[in-house]
Amino acid sequence: MNCRSEVLEVSVEGRQIEEAMLAVLHTILLHRSTGKFHYKKEGTYSIGTVGTQDVDCDFIDFTYVRVSSEELDRALRKAVGEFKDALRNSGGDGMGQISLEFYQKKKSRWPFSDECIPWEVWTVRVNVVSLANEQERQICREKVGEKLCEKVINIVEVMNRHEYLPKMPTQSEVDNVFDTGLKDVQPYLYKISYQITDSLGTSVTTTMRRLIKDTLAL
Amino acid sequence: MDTDLSSQDRKDLDKFIKFFALKTVQVIVQARLGEKICTRSSSSPTGSDWFNLAIKDIPEVTHEAKKALAGQLPAVGRSMCVEISLKTSEGDSMELEIWCLEMNEKCDKEIKVSYTVYNRLSLLLKSLLAITRVTPAYRLSRKQGHEYVILYRIYFGEVQLSGLGEGFQTVRVGTVGTPVGTITLSCAYRINLAFMSTRQFERTPPIMGIIIDHFVDRPYPSSSPMHPCNYRTTAEDNAAVYPSVEDSQEVCTTSFSTSPPSQCVFTVTQAHFQTPLPVVTDTLKVPMMGLGFSHQLSSSRLSYQPAALGVGSADMGYPVVFAGGLNAAHPHQLIVPGKEGGVPLVPSQPPHAAQADQERMAMCTPLDGAHYSAATPSSSEDTETVSNSSEAKSGSPHDILETIFVRKVGAFVNKPINQVTMANLDIPFAMFSPKNIELEDNDPMVNPPDSPETESPLLGSLHSEGSSGNSTGNTHDDFVMVDFKPAFSKDDILPMDLGTFYREFQNPPQLSSLSIDIGAQSMAEDLDSLPEKLAVHEKNVKEFDAFVETLQ
Repeated sequence: MNCRSEVLEVSVEGRQIEEAMLAVLHTILLHRSTGKFHYKKEGTYSIGTVGTQDVDCDFIDFTYVRVSSEELDRALRKAVGEFKDALRNSGGDGMGQISLEFYQKKKSRWPFSDECIPWEVWTVRVNVVSLANEQERQICREKVGEKLCEKVINIVEVMNRHEYLPKMPTQSEVDNVFDTGLKDVQPYLYKISYQITDSLGTSVTTTMRRLIKDTLAL
Repeated sequence: MDTDLSSQDRKDLDKFIKFFALKTVQVIVQARLGEKICTRSSSSPTGSDWFNLAIKDIPEVTHEAKKALAGQLPAVGRSMCVEISLKTSEGDSMELEIWCLEMNEKCDKEIKVSYTVYNRLSLLLKSLLAITRVTPAYRLSRKQGHEYVILYRIYFGEVQLSGLGEGFQTVRVGTVGTPVGTITLSCAYRINLAFMSTRQFERTPPIMGIIIDHFVDRPYPSSSPMHPCNYRTTAEDNAAVYPSVEDSQEVCTTSFSTSPPSQCVFTVTQAHFQTPLPVVTDTLKVPMMGLGFSHQLSSSRLSYQPAALGVGSADMGYPVVFAGGLNAAHPHQLIVPGKEGGVPLVPSQPPHAAQADQERMAMCTPLDGAHYSAATPSSSEDTETVSNSSEAKSGSPHDILETIFVRKVGAFVNKPINQVTMANLDIPFAMFSPKNIELEDNDPMVNPPDSPETESPLLGSLHSEGSSGNSTGNTHDDFVMVDFKPAFSKDDILPMDLGTFYREFQNPPQLSSLSIDIGAQSMAEDLDSLPEKLAVHEKNVKEFDAFVETLQ
């Protein structure tokens, strides 16, 4: 199957990076998480309840909704924190991108390891700007808030096209589709990776694929 | 066709749509309550959370929604709409958003009701959660409180978008195809906040405070903010009263009490049904938060911020006005800077009580013809001069002010100065103010008798003699000459005081070297006369040398 790919671009100030990324990633994961599956006999299952909560940003005039799951929030914050540090340390002109990839695992026969087949990739391209004074920062707050509103509308539009989603798995297959490691919600299997672009615009050696091991059950 | 759909599926589908509609209303209304929403995830299914989402049910909202639906479901031509509007403390209201749940005829026969439709409805609700935080009304609703509240109204039938003003925008939350039609959820929101700017409500402290008990002529409405609404739902009359729902009363209480003016808790109890509480009939616009604000307004005393503060503040300010005048008889006379006519501006804010007692003094010295003094109505009794930065602000805050305060005359005057007459003004203490609106020509204080004494020396020396008449006029436009007695100005040498001295010697004659007559001589004549002059000097060279020696 083809993997669909969506790209979002934002320009933010240094201290807004984390909140902007979290806002976008949480909005995506809100749509790509379900309640915990509880399989019963005869192959039926029931689904747990997903709670939501509003998060106000400190550096942006924006509020986003995320799934009420501390574990998921921690995992995202960790990934975004690493991305932010990499961006700050890269020197360069502050451009990078963070990708959220949803994939399915396909079991292969020994000795081959399982395949990870992505079915949806969201890429957020970030351009970090530096501002001179407080007035510019205030304007930036509002502008980035408005931009994020647009991004949320874009995300929702894509989500509601109801394009390919993995089939609901049987109990034995559930770990190939969902991340069952969290205790309160169940997002689709995902991984987050990032790239920092140097000033030449080429993708540099710091391309890394980071697996968030403590949240993925691999 | 329904024959394709089993009866069980049909029943399920109807139930899904009904509960989807109810949950949609809950999400929208809760998003406009003005507070952050937080619900918990639960891994073990409780069976009562529709669409696997933890969305609380506010009973009153459910009741309103059920009433509006009246047992029907959204169908073609019959949409369920939630209207969000804003109402100010002064009673003005404005529609902000209309959320529409519509059904069209495009059917998706292949889709599985109990599984795919259900999950897609769940996804749509999540999208709705996200989108409700993203429209402009969200930020307004988070800041509701003293100055305005957010109201909602549910109706069923045709969508009415006319109240949103021009250029409203639409955002589609999503669609879900079902075997009986496609459900579409969208929001049309106003962007033309000309009546009030979003920025105004983001600044929580009042820009221009009003002490309410000064409005003696206009009794302030202290009754409940919920005026009988003009709207009618299509299927209802306005006689219904909210029936007591015993189980839900506690829920209602807790869910509304966290709004900012939390002294008044929004409770639904049987005893209160007869009173005009905002709680309830279907035609009333129901407030999104407690009763709080009306009580707050009648008892609050917001402090009056003096004009100097308005000048200094970065945001709105009212048109910056400068007092040109001058003695106790005209404490309220104001002149707008920079305008040719220097038309006295009617006080753009209701004169503070203290103003009547204090004089706003401005001394416009003739020396600094380009500087103006600002009135500080209540704070200080000293004369103050304001920097010219305030002039720069006079343009833009005025514009902003014009767009915001459209409706009131008196407190926030929006009309051009000339149109404002005393009869239209509803300012307190009007009897104390002079006839401010006489044209400048008639006012001796603005336009002193035409005499050379009133020219400023600065202006006089810059203009050539021919235009001295103009400068007089300009002087009058710019400031008013004051007969003053400067301190420490006694001078025994000249038998006149400083002021008289100035006036007499204000217009010194032009330097002769600058006059044009000199230039009339031709160059040739100059050159011709040079050799003669040199010859004369050479004759006297010995004298010059002797003179130079004496200097050394």
